[in-house]
Amino acid sequence: MNPRTFYAFVSPSLLLMVVFIALPLASVFVQSFQVTQQVYQQVTVETCTPGFLTQNCVQETRSQAVLDEHGRPVVETRFVGLDNYRTLLQPMAVAKAIGSGEFSDILSIDFYKALRFTLTFTFVTLPLVLAFGLLVAVAVNTIAKRVRGPVIFVTLLPFIITPVIGALSIRWLFVGDGIMTAALEHLMGHDIAVFANGWAIEALMMFYRVWHVTPFAFVIFYAGLQTLDIDTLESAIVDGASRFERLRYVVVPHLRPLIVFVALIHLMDAYRVFEEVVGFSSQAYRISLQWLTYDFLIPDNSGNRSIARASASSMLTMIGIVILLVPLLRQAWRDHRVKR
Amino acid sequence: MFRRLAVAAAVSVFAVASAHAACSYENKVPLKSLSAGFEAWKAVTSTMAECGNFRAELDQDFAQKQPAALAAKPALYQIGGVATESIVALLQDGTIRPLDEFVAKYGQNLQPNQLIKIDGKVMAVAMMVNAQHLVYREDIFKDLGIEVPKTYDEVLEAAAKIKDAGVVKYPLGGTFKTGWNLGEEFVNMYLGFGGSFFGDGNVAAVNNAEGVKTLEMLKALSRYMDPEFLVSDSTTVQQQLQQGTVAMANLWASRAGAMDDPAESKVVGKINVAAAPAAVPGAKPATTIWWDGVTIAKNISDEEADAAFRLVMHGLSEDMVKANNDAAVWLVKGYEPGKLAAGAFASAEAGAPAYPASPALGLLHTAFGNHVPDFLTGKRTAEQTLADIEAEYAIAAKEKGLIK
Repeated sequence: MNPRTFYAFVSPSLLLMVVFIALPLASVFVQSFQVTQQVYQQVTVETCTPGFLTQNCVQETRSQAVLDEHGRPVVETRFVGLDNYRTLLQPMAVAKAIGSGEFSDILSIDFYKALRFTLTFTFVTLPLVLAFGLLVAVAVNTIAKRVRGPVIFVTLLPFIITPVIGALSIRWLFVGDGIMTAALEHLMGHDIAVFANGWAIEALMMFYRVWHVTPFAFVIFYAGLQTLDIDTLESAIVDGASRFERLRYVVVPHLRPLIVFVALIHLMDAYRVFEEVVGFSSQAYRISLQWLTYDFLIPDNSGNRSIARASASSMLTMIGIVILLVPLLRQAWRDHRVKR
Repeated sequence: MFRRLAVAAAVSVFAVASAHAACSYENKVPLKSLSAGFEAWKAVTSTMAECGNFRAELDQDFAQKQPAALAAKPALYQIGGVATESIVALLQDGTIRPLDEFVAKYGQNLQPNQLIKIDGKVMAVAMMVNAQHLVYREDIFKDLGIEVPKTYDEVLEAAAKIKDAGVVKYPLGGTFKTGWNLGEEFVNMYLGFGGSFFGDGNVAAVNNAEGVKTLEMLKALSRYMDPEFLVSDSTTVQQQLQQGTVAMANLWASRAGAMDDPAESKVVGKINVAAAPAAVPGAKPATTIWWDGVTIAKNISDEEADAAFRLVMHGLSEDMVKANNDAAVWLVKGYEPGKLAAGAFASAEAGAPAYPASPALGLLHTAFGNHVPDFLTGKRTAEQTLADIEAEYAIAAKEKGLIK
C-alpha cells in the first residue's frame, strides 16, 4: 500500500483520536495546573424557610457569588503551578509521617489510601487472571471436540456481563442477609457481616475481577494453543516429560508473547479499577485512584465540584499506568527486535 | 383486533379529555420541569400535566443536572424542583428568578410559610417539608415497657433493653452510609449538641468538644446496629423496619408512609413516630428540617415564566393535596396531617432548625461523610478525625475561593 492510500484510510480515525482523546487530554493537562474560582463577597441577608404556621427567618452574613451585568457568576482562572498536585500528594505530611515513623498516617491521606488499594488490587489479580486463564485454556483444549463449542460459550459468559451489573449482583449475594451470607452463617453457625470488614470487601472485589476477566485471558490463550506445534509436544512426551514439564517448557514459552499482551491489557484495566468500588459501595473501607477522580468531579448537592484536583488526579493515574507498563513494553519491544 | 384498537383509542381520548377537565384553563405555552422523582413530585407533576403542554422529568440525580441545565440560554427547563441544599447552587449561579410579581398575580392560595425568601425576594415556593425523626415499633416498646426516648442517652438505654430481650435482630437502624447520609447524621447530631460549623471567614471550626461528643454518640449508636451500617442508606433502613429486623431508627418522614403499605411491610400498624431525640436533655431535637419546592428559571421569556408559575399553582392546588394526602408532609392548604406525619411536626414544634445550607456547608458535609467512617471503624481517634475533616474542608474551600 503506498503511503498516500495508507494516510487516506487512517486519517478519519486519526482525526477522531485527536478530537476525542488528544485534545481533552491536553485540556486536562493544562487544567491540572490551574484553579478556577467564583468570586465571593460577604453579604448580610435575611433568609426565610418554612416552619409550621410561621416562617423561620434568620439574618446571617454569608459568602455570595458575585454576578456580572449579564447575571452570570464572575469566575477567575489562575495558574497555580504544582499546587493541585501538592494538595493531592501532601509531600509535607508524608515527610512528617516518615520522620516520626507513623506510616499509618500516610494511608489516611486519600491519595495514598487509593494508591495502596489500586496497586494491591492490580498485582494480586494479575497472576490469578493469567494462571486461571491458562488453566482453563489447557483444560478446554484437552476435552472432546464435540462439546468444546458449548463449553467455550459458557466459559465466556462472565466477560459478557456489564461490569457494574456483575459487581452489584455479587454484592447482593453477600450484603445483609444475602443468600451467600445466609448459607455461610448456616455452615459456620454464627453471624457474619461481610460488608462490615474492609478485607472481606477487598477480597470480594478481587474475586469478582478475576472471575470477570479470566475468560478474556482464556480466549486469547486458547487461540494461541491452536498454533502449538504438535511435533514438539509429541517429542517431549517421547523424551518422558511430565504434564507439568510440557506446560512449563513447551506451552508457556510458545504463549509468551500472548501472556505479555494479556498482562499489558490487564494492568491497564486493573489500575483503572472503578466499577468494583461503585458496585460494592466500598468507599468507607477501600477507594481506588479512578474513583478518587470521579469523587472530585461529581458535584455535591450544593453544586461544589473540584475540577482542578480531578485533573491532577487523572494525570497522576495516567502517569501511574505508564510507569507500570514500561517494563512490559520494553520486553515486548525486545522480543519483537529478536524476531526480526 | 380493530375493535379493540378503536376501544383503546376511545378510552385514551376520554382519559385526555377528562384530564383536561380537571384543570380550570388550558396551558398554551410548552413547558418542561426537572425535579426529584419521589411520590410527592409524581403527584404534583401529574397534576400539572392536566393543563396540557407540559412534560415532567423526574430524576433522583436532578441536583447534579440542574445547575448546567438552567444556566443554558435559553434554559432547558422552565421549572426546577429544588430542595434545601440544591437551591444553593442555583442561587450562586444566578439562574433562577424572583417570583414576587407572580405570587401577587396567581398565589392567592399560597400559605405565607411556603414562600422561600432570600434577601426579601421570593426565590422559591415550598410544597413540603421533610426531616429525620424517630420511627419505632410501638408493639415492642409496649411489651418491654419502654418509654418513647426523648434524648439519645434514652435511645441507648432503650436499645440495650431491646437487645437483652432479643426480640429483633438489631435494636437500631441508621442511615449511616458513607458519604452524604453519614454526613447528614453528623450535621444533625452536632447541631443537637449545640455546635456551630464555622469561625470567622468561612474557616471550619468543628474540632471541639461538641465534635468529639458527636462522634462518640454516633459510635455508641452504631454498636446497636447491623455491623454493615456503613453501607446502609434510607432504603436499607426502611426495609429493615418493614421486615422487622430493627426496632427503631432516626429516619426521614417521607419514608414513614411505606411502613403501613401492606404490599411491602410486615409491620403494618405497629409503627409509630415521634420527634427526633435531643442530644442534650431539654435541648432542641437533633435533626434538621428540609424543604422541597419549585423555582422558575431566569433564562426564559417572561411569558414562559408567567405560564410556568401559573401551572405550578395548579400543581400545588388543594385538590392535589386532598388526593395525595399521605404522600408527604405538605405545606399546601388542605393538608390533613396523618398519624405518621406527627414526628416531623413534633420535631419542628420543639424547635429543630432548618438545614443551614450554604456552599461552605456543602463542602464540609462532604468532608464529614468522607472521614467519619475512619472514626467509626476505629482507624482514627476522634481528634484525628476532626482534624482530617477540617484539613479536607480547608483544601476544598480554598480551591473554591471561600477562604483566602
